[in-house]
Amino acid sequence: MSASGLAGQAQAGRESVGVLRRRNSRPPLSGGRRTLVTALIFLAPALFLLGVLIGYPVVYSLWRSLFDASGNVFVGAGNYLTMFTDPATFLSIRNNVIWVIVAPITCTILGLIFAVLMNRIKWATAFKLIVFMPMAISMVASGVIFRTLFQENPDLGAVNASLVSIHGWFSGGAAYPGARPRENLDITLQKDGSILTDSAVRAGSEQDFPLVGILGTTLPDNAKTAVAAKSAAGGEITGTVWLDFVTGGGGAPGQLGDHKKGLPGVTVDAVDSSGAVVASGTTADDGSYAIGGLKSGSYKIGLPASNFTQGYAGVSWLGPTLVTAVIILAYIWIWAGFAMVMIASGLSAMDISLQEAARVDGASEWQVFRRITAPLLSPVLIVVFITLIINVLKIFDLVYVIPPGSSLPAASVIAVQLWTVSFGGGNDQGLGSALAILLLVLVLPFMIINVRRFRMDRER
Amino acid sequence: MRSQLHRRVFVPLAAVGAIAMALAACSGGGTTSPSGSASQNLKGTTLNVAADWSGAEQANFEKVLAQFSTETGAKVNYTSYGSNVATTLNTKIAGGDPPDVAVIPQPGLLQSLAKAGSLIPVSAATEAAVMKNFSPDWVTLGSVDNKLYGVWFKGSNKSTVWYNTAVYTNAGATVPKTWDDFLAQLKKVSDSGVPGLSIGADVGWPLTDWFENVYIRSAGAEKYDQLTQHKIPWTDPSVIDALTTLSKLWGDSTLIESGGAQRTFGDSVTEVFGTPPKAGTVYEGDFVAGNITSQTKSKIGTDAKFYDFPSVNGSGPAVVGGGNAAIQLKDNKGAAALMTYLASPEAATIWVKLGGFTSPNKAVDMSAYPDPTSRQIAQALVGAKTFRFDMSDQAPSAFGGTPGSGEWKILLDFYNNPSDIQGTAQALEAAAAADYK
Repeated sequence: MSASGLAGQAQAGRESVGVLRRRNSRPPLSGGRRTLVTALIFLAPALFLLGVLIGYPVVYSLWRSLFDASGNVFVGAGNYLTMFTDPATFLSIRNNVIWVIVAPITCTILGLIFAVLMNRIKWATAFKLIVFMPMAISMVASGVIFRTLFQENPDLGAVNASLVSIHGWFSGGAAYPGARPRENLDITLQKDGSILTDSAVRAGSEQDFPLVGILGTTLPDNAKTAVAAKSAAGGEITGTVWLDFVTGGGGAPGQLGDHKKGLPGVTVDAVDSSGAVVASGTTADDGSYAIGGLKSGSYKIGLPASNFTQGYAGVSWLGPTLVTAVIILAYIWIWAGFAMVMIASGLSAMDISLQEAARVDGASEWQVFRRITAPLLSPVLIVVFITLIINVLKIFDLVYVIPPGSSLPAASVIAVQLWTVSFGGGNDQGLGSALAILLLVLVLPFMIINVRRFRMDRER
Repeated sequence: MRSQLHRRVFVPLAAVGAIAMALAACSGGGTTSPSGSASQNLKGTTLNVAADWSGAEQANFEKVLAQFSTETGAKVNYTSYGSNVATTLNTKIAGGDPPDVAVIPQPGLLQSLAKAGSLIPVSAATEAAVMKNFSPDWVTLGSVDNKLYGVWFKGSNKSTVWYNTAVYTNAGATVPKTWDDFLAQLKKVSDSGVPGLSIGADVGWPLTDWFENVYIRSAGAEKYDQLTQHKIPWTDPSVIDALTTLSKLWGDSTLIESGGAQRTFGDSVTEVFGTPPKAGTVYEGDFVAGNITSQTKSKIGTDAKFYDFPSVNGSGPAVVGGGNAAIQLKDNKGAAALMTYLASPEAATIWVKLGGFTSPNKAVDMSAYPDPTSRQIAQALVGAKTFRFDMSDQAPSAFGGTPGSGEWKILLDFYNNPSDIQGTAQALEAAAAADYK
């Protein structure tokens, strides 16, 4: 509504009051009542919009929360009871608590650090721009960015890709990741990833290891066709480690031949009854090995896990345990800029003569910050902090976008739960309304604090 | 085409009215005018037809309707109701202005409309055509209280297992017929160095399709219907059986590519048919063909083929799937004639030839399908001894259609921990008890 429109209405209001007074020849309206009427007329459009857009939905939600999913059966406080007993909803309330504790304080502190430091660096504007930029990206887009960054598969997620490559510099990968023994041959893949014979082998005999589960094309170039190892001498155990797979299937499983390739460079251990490694050998290009210098007796023969470990696969960022941390990180990335800009404006509005006076009196920079800057900034800090709390309580988009389906329940917050039970398939708008009321009740105290502060500021 | 978004049913109450009004304002999509030589006995009649098809599917369906116009002289107006057919149709009926004929994707909607008296039972001629051209399961799906209301014009097959032919050839794996052989072939593929199977658990819906396919085979159609209506509990021994069968596969880390719980369904298709392939097999419905074409360079029919979901304990050929049924909402000669026409093989053949369409009509000539793969899909659908509609699609959406709750979440938990068969059955029963009211 334009200003002239408002004025026109007010004019009309006054005239009608005048007409009323003349016709009824009542005593003139007292000054107080007249201002009230004028005020009401001025407020009417705003009140009408507030009523339609806020008042009615709130009251209707409250009313609706007392009914079941169909909307026909009155259930009283039933939905509120469900809310706190249903594990999924309870988890989302717990997550909201974590959010409120972690996100606003981190954002405010980071914003404060950025804002204070910015007073001291060149290129402050460029820096400010970079930190503030995420605010310009829509929440959903930021969510997609973070989801992609933190994908578990190192081929897709940049974070895991860098973790894996850093890890790769320090420890070389195993030669045959994922290999496992052919079944039913008395050789078993152990829980720790090593491969071990089920029964002990006497010194002076042979033990072969037909392995499967590795792509023939990934074998080292020096791999030759596997051959049977020479028969073992007295204090010796010999055998062959080979890839027991023929392209296109076929061949005799567990048997040499058909040009199956040996696996060069595999460590083979002889393990005594106590589990200690007594001797070891390494396979040649044709996959054959020989472990010598054994006392007569029986040994289990094993291929240690170092031959086969899958290698470091990165962290499951978006798994149920870490997903909330990742989402909060995304939130901080976006909102630290907001905190910074607000606090920076508070700083620039500050009278710097106090700080200068303190410095002249010999205060250290920390003392200046601690005793002068921070207290003067506290009104701005509190506004930023409380705004962020309200914002965090209502968080939806990031939590909806970032987690993959399997960890969505673990990451859920009240607003997401509210959407899911009412529209996301649950179709229970009774429970949804109850959740909405809970959210309102949680946000209200902070709203009141904020409004109070504004009022106090004005009175001061 | 079934994707994650299609499964999420959202019905914002306040928006319903607005949408209905908007749709009413812009109804009357395509118009087909009469022209031709045939009997023209319906000249001067105008019929309104509605369905959820839009875009290319709408264009193809309009070609089917155009042929009807040519033959009868009736004018047919098509309106697309978009994905919210149930809401729109109910609003139209309440407003006293239903279309003459609608094509709907949910058997539940057909039932509720028939019970509410909004539907006209099909004419004798249509019934004769349906009896002749469709298998009994489709007749049952279109009937309420022994009266036939629906003609299933389109069908979909969700019992297809897609594999990368190069990976299978390299591993020497063959097409399995039974569940045990299925596991053995997956093992062969894994032995070759590529995991046998890629699963994209996504938000959980692919897992419900796994369960339904195993269940209809291990427990039979009768139990399947009872479980669909929650007349037997999810703790029934037949459910335990099916979960045990599934756990044999899901619990074997040598057969399945790791990371399935966090993989989207689309990614699981790329894993199998991308370059280089990261797995050999992926299971889902006939719509996988669309994923393969749009996401990878693999060619359907040469690089990518499918086989029927393997039989469990000697079960006969069964198909879990979906479909679109034509229903008649107004009692007039034109609408009845259109229903008879839609039940005929001629009507279905028009769309079959255009591609991307499977007809449950067994009188449709298989040679009309444009390529061997779509023909194979249709043969499996028509030749199935048993056809059942997707169970989770018929369940209350809180149970069978909500991310993070109900069947989707519980089967995801089961996928992560396949040894917990009893706990899974109990959790499913608890959720079903709460959501089936």
